[in-house]
Amino acid sequence: MGAWIVTITMVTPKAEISKEIADAAKMCFQCGTCTAGCPSGRRTSYRTRKIIRMAQLGLKEEILGSDELWECSTCYTCVERCPRQVPIVDIIIDLRNMAVAEGHIRQQHKGTATNFATIGHTVKVQDVITALRGDLGLAPVPPTVLANEKAMDDLKKILTATGFDSIVKE
Amino acid sequence: MAKYAFFLGCIAPLRYPGIEKSTREVCAALGIELVDLQDASCCPAPGVIRAFNKKTWLAAAARNLALAEQQGLPIVTICNGCYGSLFDAAYELAEDPELLAEVNKILKEIGMEYKGTTKVHHFAEVLYNEVGVEKIKNSITKPLDYQVAAFYGCHFLKPSAIKQVDDPENPHILDDLIEATGAKSMPRKQKMLCCGAGGGLKAAFGDVAKKFTETNLENMQASGAQFIIDVCPFCHLQFDGIQKDTDFNIPVLHLSQLLGLALGMDEKQLAFSTHITPVKL
Repeated sequence: MGAWIVTITMVTPKAEISKEIADAAKMCFQCGTCTAGCPSGRRTSYRTRKIIRMAQLGLKEEILGSDELWECSTCYTCVERCPRQVPIVDIIIDLRNMAVAEGHIRQQHKGTATNFATIGHTVKVQDVITALRGDLGLAPVPPTVLANEKAMDDLKKILTATGFDSIVKE
Repeated sequence: MAKYAFFLGCIAPLRYPGIEKSTREVCAALGIELVDLQDASCCPAPGVIRAFNKKTWLAAAARNLALAEQQGLPIVTICNGCYGSLFDAAYELAEDPELLAEVNKILKEIGMEYKGTTKVHHFAEVLYNEVGVEKIKNSITKPLDYQVAAFYGCHFLKPSAIKQVDDPENPHILDDLIEATGAKSMPRKQKMLCCGAGGGLKAAFGDVAKKFTETNLENMQASGAQFIIDVCPFCHLQFDGIQKDTDFNIPVLHLSQLLGLALGMDEKQLAFSTHITPVKL
């Protein structure tokens, strides 16, 4: 029996992923519990462990341009089961923020963002529902930003101040 | 009498007004006072808006939290997404004074301030902890005799480290509330499997989301469930909308609608006409 020779290669991460994400990901020791329980991974090529490893290695371009980054349903099963308490969903959200900041956003998501920026809600108002609300004795227009122009203006100011406008459809 | 600021969200008021209507009726019947959280916006949605721009998400959530703070009331939501966003934002802002200060710089531009005190609750959790199963049982005027599938969704219980509502892998709150009406919550496989709609999946990869939903529907059908009972209008929309393209036909009710039925509300008041999968009682 010859002795096993184990070579440990230390990898120096590229410094392209934010420190916040790299710090959050560094506790991962690649056990794969996240991937094993992931309902999306069972149905797509999304592999939670792989994304976290790529984040550790600073493989920014590979992550930000991928479909897989958007195949997580944020169900938190991985977070509940992770033996190292890696905030996996927070990492996914942060990576998505980076992706969007670099222009990687799907048209359907732009549509949702545009609804939010236009009426303060993610789904549009439908006349038939407005009428039905009245029939039910509810305010036909819900008492939200929809019913108050000043409140909607306030929300729009927040969106502008936080740089949301660039995401919205022109 | 317990009093809450009622946070409507988007899908309940704008797609399923029967959920809003029954929530108001059920709360009135069970001694919970709801005050409209006027001028609120979308929570904003945790899986999309938060994924696009965290700063926007947090500042807009803080605005909603500040509106409740001005009323001196805790928030109650009827949606897991709203609960996820508002609870997480309230938690982050209460834990991190620097983050709170940063958000307040933005809120100052609209003449508002958030002090970090608003508590956020989910309707089902309020029913369980504030009203209690016994009181609900005793208030039922029309006991139900259905076999149903309890669907918890994800953001009602998770992340459990901060939510601490119930066991995230083997919960019982919703089953207990359902059974208070006389209905039977049927055991089934993969009870905690996500509906598939969250995280922007429904919008971007609808076919993947549908696969999640179909596995759930198969397990629900096999359990003998006659209805799906959810606590989230987004899960509700996903289950209700997807079935028209499948062989499944299991009507979907929000917990508030199930309780509304058991308290004597009729089909019209519950606005079943807006449901895509027909509701036959």
